[in-house]
Amino acid sequence: MSGAATHAYGGPRAALRGGAREALGLPAFVLAASYVGFGALAQQSGLGLWLALASTPAVWALPGQVVLVEMLVLRAEWLAVVAGVSLSAARFLPMTLALLPYLREARPASWRLYAAAQLVAVTGWAAAMRQCPQLPPEERLSYFVGFTLPLVAGAAFGTATGFALADVMPRAVMLALVFVNPIYFMLVFVGDVRQRPAVLALAIGAIAGPLAHALTPSWSLLLTGLVGGTAAFLIDRAWRSGPRRGGSS
Amino acid sequence: MSGAGGDPSPWVILALCVAGTYLWRGLGVALSGRIDPYGAVFRWVGCVAYAMLAGLISRMIVSPVGPLAQTGLADRLAGCAVAVALFFLLRRNLVVGVAGGVTATMLLATYAR
Repeated sequence: MSGAATHAYGGPRAALRGGAREALGLPAFVLAASYVGFGALAQQSGLGLWLALASTPAVWALPGQVVLVEMLVLRAEWLAVVAGVSLSAARFLPMTLALLPYLREARPASWRLYAAAQLVAVTGWAAAMRQCPQLPPEERLSYFVGFTLPLVAGAAFGTATGFALADVMPRAVMLALVFVNPIYFMLVFVGDVRQRPAVLALAIGAIAGPLAHALTPSWSLLLTGLVGGTAAFLIDRAWRSGPRRGGSS
Repeated sequence: MSGAGGDPSPWVILALCVAGTYLWRGLGVALSGRIDPYGAVFRWVGCVAYAMLAGLISRMIVSPVGPLAQTGLADRLAGCAVAVALFFLLRRNLVVGVAGGVTATMLLATYAR
């Protein structure tokens, strides 16, 4: 992974600023817009402003936060709430595992890695997975932190805004803001991901996700990831060894 | 919370959810030192991550929870098609893609019925 740095900011500090500059545009706006929806949902569900606001940087996973609010409203058993939210965060294990080898290469103190792990979520992860291979190892962690901190700020701003405007915002505006999130994620993955195993995994996952959800809502993500991801991995491996073994094409 | 007097406060529940969410991230850091970044396990884990995320995003579009559930599936899928088309037509322009896709879905949801 090292030695092939095609893009360098010229030091960790510059990488931190560079990452922040990249995030302070569409990515931060998208996070703010998505969290407006969450803030409004929290207000309408009778959650306190401070609880909703605290949950944004502390949980830092929009789907999990939505699960939390919805289960609290439904007055679910508290153990079920904790299990539901925790289970919905299982994606962070393979995500962190896939990203960390890039961040580890410059051998940063491990407390920095454990702190940075809190910032792992779709938007920043996708940006770091794309940029890290092209960055010198010592700039990667700074770039990732620089990119994600403005997202947290944007999300917190969105949470408070949505909470404040929940009663006055027109329904169509609310719907539009909530839809920004999945559309943006979809385009990021459609446009950014080039490696064959990742493309295969995305395609299989996109089809398997809703099917698994219809089958078993609470286990659907784990099922989609393990079955879909393993299928993509095996297809890619067969592809890799295919030409060598067959000798043709 | 529910009337069953023994229930912890929402703040305690939040703290437990925070711990349960971070657990996966921290576990990822702890295990990542043992993974060879050039090996098969690393490639497999990446595949699992991408499949999970694609599954999550596609579930958010196909069967959303919350206010989006009031829009029709066809309207949402049409918005996705518009977003992808604009994105590639305008040389991977994310802003126009996102804005176009969201606008298309909202127009369809508002006026097409």
